[in-house]
Amino acid sequence: MRDKALFLGDCALLHLFEFNGARIALDVNSGTVHLLDEVAWELLSDYGRLSEEDLIGKYGTKYGTGQIMEALAEIRELKEKGLLFAPDPGYEGYDAPGGAVKALCLNLAHSCNLRCRYCFAGGGRFGGNDELMPAETGRKAVDFLIARSGGRRRLEIDFFGGEPLLNFQALKEVVGYGLTRGREEGKEFSFTVTTNAVLLDRDVICYLKENGISVVLSLDGRREIHDAMRPFPGGRGSYDAVLSGIRSYMDSRCASPPQPGASYSYIRGTYTRRNLEFCADVLHLAGLGFKDISLEPVIAPAEADYSIREGDLPLLFAQYERLALELLRRRKEGEPLNFFHFNIDLDGGPCLPKRLSGCGAGHEYMAVAPNGDLYPCHQFVGREGYLMGNIRDGFVDENIVALFRRAHVYNKEGCPGCWAKFYCSGGCHANAEMYNGSILKPQGWGCELIKKRLECAIYLKAAEHQGKSV
Amino acid sequence: MGKHIKTINTTQPLAANDGRGCGECQASCQSACKTSCTVGNQVCLKSLRNK
Repeated sequence: MRDKALFLGDCALLHLFEFNGARIALDVNSGTVHLLDEVAWELLSDYGRLSEEDLIGKYGTKYGTGQIMEALAEIRELKEKGLLFAPDPGYEGYDAPGGAVKALCLNLAHSCNLRCRYCFAGGGRFGGNDELMPAETGRKAVDFLIARSGGRRRLEIDFFGGEPLLNFQALKEVVGYGLTRGREEGKEFSFTVTTNAVLLDRDVICYLKENGISVVLSLDGRREIHDAMRPFPGGRGSYDAVLSGIRSYMDSRCASPPQPGASYSYIRGTYTRRNLEFCADVLHLAGLGFKDISLEPVIAPAEADYSIREGDLPLLFAQYERLALELLRRRKEGEPLNFFHFNIDLDGGPCLPKRLSGCGAGHEYMAVAPNGDLYPCHQFVGREGYLMGNIRDGFVDENIVALFRRAHVYNKEGCPGCWAKFYCSGGCHANAEMYNGSILKPQGWGCELIKKRLECAIYLKAAEHQGKSV
Repeated sequence: MGKHIKTINTTQPLAANDGRGCGECQASCQSACKTSCTVGNQVCLKSLRNK
């Protein structure tokens, strides 16, 4: 794969890349994607640096003056339509709107029945003791969310941990209370549970399905990969137990939820330095019959033996490329596979305000510890300097809210000049803080992986388009 | 559609923001990804309803 970028000052205007024989241009500020022939590729590579006269002089002999004139006319037309070299949308000085919280992550259990080696929660306890969230704290979180949600109608609660199903009774009470209070207040709640699947028995499964609760099920891929990183406390691998729980979930026939189709399930795994060839794990999960898969790089201290290093990037890039081609092959054969990070909507997708601020951690989205302490997101729980308040009294440190509202792509180091800024939104604040000590300084190799995933996602869309136009 | 340049979008994703920014969409980290923020793959519920 070759790639190039064209800049105006420090701002990326156009990103050019080649993948599997396709020459692709992403116009950064309009979000428009173009498929190029060789002539247009060469001209756009030099456009802005050379005058049209010089471009004709440089490429006229190779391609013929007529071809160059034609391609230049197309470039001019697209520029006039705002589809090439579009100007920056001009959001410098922007602050995300304040005052409304729309999502909470409830850490129902700072306790876990697994001992995953890479757990950022330190065995589920987040540096403290085993602790379950009292249902009363969960109900207060529902009240807090409604009170802080302003005009937002759709509200979200994610049950997280540790392992949230260790506190299933509280989960049920929070769901019941949320649905009742939502009806009273004109709010529509959706719930998600992120679980290691070990405790998924028929009662739990049917409760989740019948109440339309989405599930994110943790399985890392091949048995030896999963077992090495996700053992039980005694050291025994959890692959068999996890797979059994997930299969029960997938196979169970339960009563229909109130709004069929509103919930989803994903298999979510983590890859580390121990399985840099992670494409094999995605395909293993697909081979087990799962169609919706998310596999993500581990977030770990740089000194951990399993943490990703910058030197691993070439191998990881090749894995994403291999996976993209495999997804393309399966799509052509009528067996599509949904890989979360290769999804992209080129005809709509998120609005610009959403693209600038991303996940909304610290202002739209917060996490609640079992004792009611509030943090900017689940990854910040227990991190010094990021305690925002407590659900019991509803106090929120507005200085931290303001810090996160300002943490958007025009304020993050390196983001204004990056071609990917409207797709990654500056990346994960928690990763930036962990690696660089500031939420305004994105984590370097993470950026490179995001860019590679975006190129693959755009290529898959381009290939789909090529298929239609054949 | 040009001879040398073929545009694959049917709309300009970053220009079609009139009336959006309502905040009713899913929070990115509440989805299938819990450790790496990606927004380009999120869905705008408003535009979805209008399709």
